[in-house]
Amino acid sequence: MRLTHILPLVLFAVVALALGIGLTLNPRIIPSALIDKPIPEFTLPPVDGRPNGLAASDLRTGEVAIVNIFASWCGPCRVEHPLLMEIARSGEVPVHGINYKDLPRNAVAWLKQYGDPYQRVGSDRDGHVSIDWGVYGVPETFVIDREGRIAYKHVGPIMRDDLDNKILKKVRELQGK
Amino acid sequence: MIVEIGHYALILALALSLVQGTIPLAGAHLRYDSWVAVARPVAIVQFGFVAVSFAALTYAFVVSDFSVLNVAMNSHSAKPLLYKVSGVWGNHEGSLLLWVLILTLFGATVAVFGGNLPPELRARVLSVQALIGTGFLLFMLLTSNPFERLVPAPADGQGLNPLLQDPGLAFHPPFLYLGYVGFSMAFSFAVAALIEGKVDAAWARWVRPWTLAAWCCLTVGIALGSWWAYYELGWGGFWFWDPVENASFMPWLAGTALLHTAIVVEKRGALRSWTILLAILTFSLSLLGTFLVRSGVLTSVHAFATDPARGVFILAFLILVTGGSLTLFAIRAPTLKGGGLFAPISREGALVLNNLLLTTACATVLLGTLYPLFLDALTGEKVSVGPPYFHATFVPLMVPVIAAAGFGPLMAWKRGDLAGALSRLRVALVFTFAVALATLVFAAKAPLLAVLGTALGTWLVAAALSELAERLKLFRASPGESWRRARHLPRAAYGMTIAHAGAGIVILGVIVSVTWETEHLQVVRVGDTVPIGGYDFTFRGVEDVKGPNYDAVRGIFDVSRDGDPVAVMTPESRVYNTSTMTTTEAAIRPTLTSDLYAVIGDPDGKGGWAARLYHKPLVHWIWLGAILMAIGGVVSLTDRRHRVGAPKRKPVRSNTDTTRPVEA
Repeated sequence: MRLTHILPLVLFAVVALALGIGLTLNPRIIPSALIDKPIPEFTLPPVDGRPNGLAASDLRTGEVAIVNIFASWCGPCRVEHPLLMEIARSGEVPVHGINYKDLPRNAVAWLKQYGDPYQRVGSDRDGHVSIDWGVYGVPETFVIDREGRIAYKHVGPIMRDDLDNKILKKVRELQGK
Repeated sequence: MIVEIGHYALILALALSLVQGTIPLAGAHLRYDSWVAVARPVAIVQFGFVAVSFAALTYAFVVSDFSVLNVAMNSHSAKPLLYKVSGVWGNHEGSLLLWVLILTLFGATVAVFGGNLPPELRARVLSVQALIGTGFLLFMLLTSNPFERLVPAPADGQGLNPLLQDPGLAFHPPFLYLGYVGFSMAFSFAVAALIEGKVDAAWARWVRPWTLAAWCCLTVGIALGSWWAYYELGWGGFWFWDPVENASFMPWLAGTALLHTAIVVEKRGALRSWTILLAILTFSLSLLGTFLVRSGVLTSVHAFATDPARGVFILAFLILVTGGSLTLFAIRAPTLKGGGLFAPISREGALVLNNLLLTTACATVLLGTLYPLFLDALTGEKVSVGPPYFHATFVPLMVPVIAAAGFGPLMAWKRGDLAGALSRLRVALVFTFAVALATLVFAAKAPLLAVLGTALGTWLVAAALSELAERLKLFRASPGESWRRARHLPRAAYGMTIAHAGAGIVILGVIVSVTWETEHLQVVRVGDTVPIGGYDFTFRGVEDVKGPNYDAVRGIFDVSRDGDPVAVMTPESRVYNTSTMTTTEAAIRPTLTSDLYAVIGDPDGKGGWAARLYHKPLVHWIWLGAILMAIGGVVSLTDRRHRVGAPKRKPVRSNTDTTRPVEA
């Protein structure tokens, strides 16, 4: 075995290692500059045909909450939806929604068809409020602590593992249970 | 029921691929002829099962069976039939199935037409091929089952991403995959050769057509993707150095290098271990591309599924395939004997230069693509390496490649004559200088780099044609003699001329369109006239249009030149019913020397519309050139030596015995 013949293997090992590390980092932890910062000031109207809009004051009630950014046109949102329904049924933590760049009638129809896990849903037609939240795309999910600060951010659809080991873990930690 | 048959067929295919991946390999080692003989029928039947599976999924898409999760997520009953079918591979699970279909198709092809391959080599190749297939089948069945049911079935599907509802993109993935998977053949042959410890001319003669065919498909696939980006994304750009694009470009660069070095193995028996290494790297880069696109490691989440379990699986597979084959390479390659010697200035020398530069270029693209990932892994910092990096690294590497590609074909094997080549290329040289001078003098605001680029593109075309003229003794011998030579010239020679000229045309298209394009972004009102590149665009207003599953606003521009009407251009902005996503449909009017390109945007609320108007000289040469390159490859594939096939090798007793390099 000569060095030149081992070199490709060594180089590949470095690449593979980086890929492996990258896999653990990304994309679940796209760092949010807003982590541990107070939530942005905002007031969103309700989705037409559904009561209860969402405003910053609704998230400063001294209660831990989850805010989920969703849209009816978003495929991955459909994937995570049953898990959001599960949280809502358990009543463990209130789930709120921000409906991102969506048509109200589509959003309402979507919630009728797949179930409505949200206590409050703000309609962000032009996506401006979501920009303040640092949203890269949909779906994204935030955990808000008792003081109204962003405690955790999840990018992409929630999978079973994310829900049990990250999101609900964080929620319970913040609730002090 | 049909869906379950599809699922079941996939499981049977997996079982068969396990058989095919082990028994013939063991048989070839233990010299059990009956085990070796297993490879052929199993490869064919395995393809049959995967085909049944693919047909079942296609059926589910065509009849819009929304009780299948994959169909519900990616299709819609209102979609035109073409896009229902292309929806089969327009998603993660289905594209994997397409990948495996092509993989097993190639395996079956080797089984059916590989009669003149030594049975042991054939058995080993098919086994390696099957092991790759095993990985993909397992991946599909464990993490990405395309046949998963959805209960209760929704009334209608979620629809295909409207950006993807486009003929250019419908055929983009199949061509890319034909390319990626085609390189798996070169890989399988390389690994089989390492196991046998034998690389000879017959081996190279088998590997080269596969590589060539894969390369042609990949060329077409990349060109289709870039063409799609050009007319669908609405920015008039054709290449963005996006990680997903780079993912397909890296195997292309490595494959191009492999294509050239395989010639050296075939004709001169030299560069064997390098060729083997390239075959491994080319396919590994194809796998890496799949990893990057499918794991969501680089692109931020939203385009593709980012179930981390999938990323872990693909990475493990990549480590197994690439790590395993490179380990085998480290052990076996030193035993491969070197071939004929050659002087630095020779055909071999030119091809070595080509290889060094192409692989370096490939490495810079790899580095640029992975650098954000490395940095993130080390420091947690997020960066994005943009086009400036690639322009600063990739472009300078391409300059000597192009310059040398003009000379290379005129070099003799073993020892070339640079002065002789220069004198035979004097017409091309003079022509190139004339074009460069004309560009400098006549073209408005010509930066020196653009002049250099134009000269390089011209040089490659001129040199390729000169080389052909030289071979035919055009204008030097009698027309009859030239005609006789033209008929006897191998098709591979024509293929090379066409492909090299095509590459030159691509370069000209890129340089000229980027340097001399005119762009206007402005709000237009009805009756406004915008002059661009010698044409006048007059805005006539907008109308509402209803498509099969979208609503659109269509802008109308009358285009005239010196007062004579040239065309009516109607760019659209579409909103699809199934999503609120808006897509732009640029209106493109190709003229002989340029493209006129118009995009309509949003209204400003005061009666005006945002519009982007471009004049892009020679831009369609980019795709014309790419198609020519692929045609060159196809012409070369029809060469006599591929049709006739490789001569049989004498049976060899010992594994370490290498055959002598064969002079061709």
